[in-house]
Amino acid sequence: MINRMILRFLSVADNVGLARVAVAQLAAPIGFSLSDLEEIKVAVSEAVSNAIIHGYQGRADGWVEVVASVVDDELTVSVEDWGVGIADIAKAREPAYSTDPERMGLGFVFMESFMHSLVVESAPGRGTRVEMRRKAHVGALSRDVQ
Amino acid sequence: MMEVMQRGEGEPMTIVHAVFSERLLVAIKGELDLKVAGELRKTLDQLIDRYPDRDVTLDLSEVPFVDSSGLGVILGRYKRLSAAGRALQLTGVRPPVRAVLDLAGISQLLSVQDYVPKSPVR
Ligand SMILES: Nc1ncnc2c1ncn2[C@@H]1O[C@H](COP(=O)(O)OP(=O)(O)O)[C@@H](O)[C@H]1O
Ligand SMILES: [Mg+2]
Repeated sequence: MINRMILRFLSVADNVGLARVAVAQLAAPIGFSLSDLEEIKVAVSEAVSNAIIHGYQGRADGWVEVVASVVDDELTVSVEDWGVGIADIAKAREPAYSTDPERMGLGFVFMESFMHSLVVESAPGRGTRVEMRRKAHVGALSRDVQ
Repeated sequence: MMEVMQRGEGEPMTIVHAVFSERLLVAIKGELDLKVAGELRKTLDQLIDRYPDRDVTLDLSEVPFVDSSGLGVILGRYKRLSAAGRALQLTGVRPPVRAVLDLAGISQLLSVQDYVPKSPVR
C-alpha cells in the first residue's frame, strides 16, 4: 500500500481539525485501530497548532504544509511552517517547557508518546519542520518504559 | 474504508449548564482544540464567576477529542477553582480523551470518571 498527500493551508485555527482528520483518513487503511487513529490525530493536532501559535505567533497569513504518506504499514507525517523557528530545540522538547505562560508545554510530549519517532528541524527566522512516524501492527505503545 | 470521523467531529462547540445548590454542572459538546480554546476559557470563567462557592463538574460525554490546547483550558480552570477552595471534577470521559488526560498526569490531580454507556431503554 502506497499513498501520499500534501495539504497546504493558511495558519488559521479552523484548519487544525481539517489536518488531523485528513491524516487519520489517509492512515486508516493500513491497519491502525480506532484508538491508534485517535492518538495520531492528537499528534497532528499538536504539530499544526504549534505552527500556528508559535511559528506564526497567531498571524493568519502564514502557510502550513502537511505531508503524509503511508508505505506498507508505516505512516509518516511532516508538518512545516516558515515562521519564527526554534532557537533551542532540545529545550523546546522538554516536558512542561513552553515560551507561553498560558500553555502547558506538552505538545512535543504528546507527539513523542503517540508516535514511534519524532524529528524536529528548525532554524530561527526560517521556520520549523517536524516529522513523525508510526507503524501499524506493533501493538500498544509502551509509554511507561520511555 | 474505516470510519474515522467521530460523533461531534467538525460541529461547533456548545456548552450548557445546570446549577445545583453546591455544584455547577457544565456539559460540553464538541472537540476541544485550538479553534475553541479561547471561547471555552471565556465561557467557563464566566460561569465560574457567576456561581461562586460551588464545585464544578465538567461533563465530557459529548467530547470526542481533546488535545493540549483544550487540556490547557481545563487545567487552567482547575487552578483557578482550587485556589478558591473549589473542586473540579470530570465525568463522561471517553477513551481517547482519557489517554490524553493520563499522559498529562491530570487524572492524578482531579477526579476523573469515565464515560458509561447508557443502558438501552426496554
Ligand atoms: N512550529 C514552531 N515554531 C516556533 N516555536 C515552536 C514551534 N513548535 C514548538 N515551538 C516552541 O516549543 C515550545 C514547546 O512546544 P510544545 O511542547 O508544543 O508546548 P506548548 O505549545 O504548550 O508551548 C513552544 O512553547 C515554542 O516555544
Ligand atoms: Mg504545543
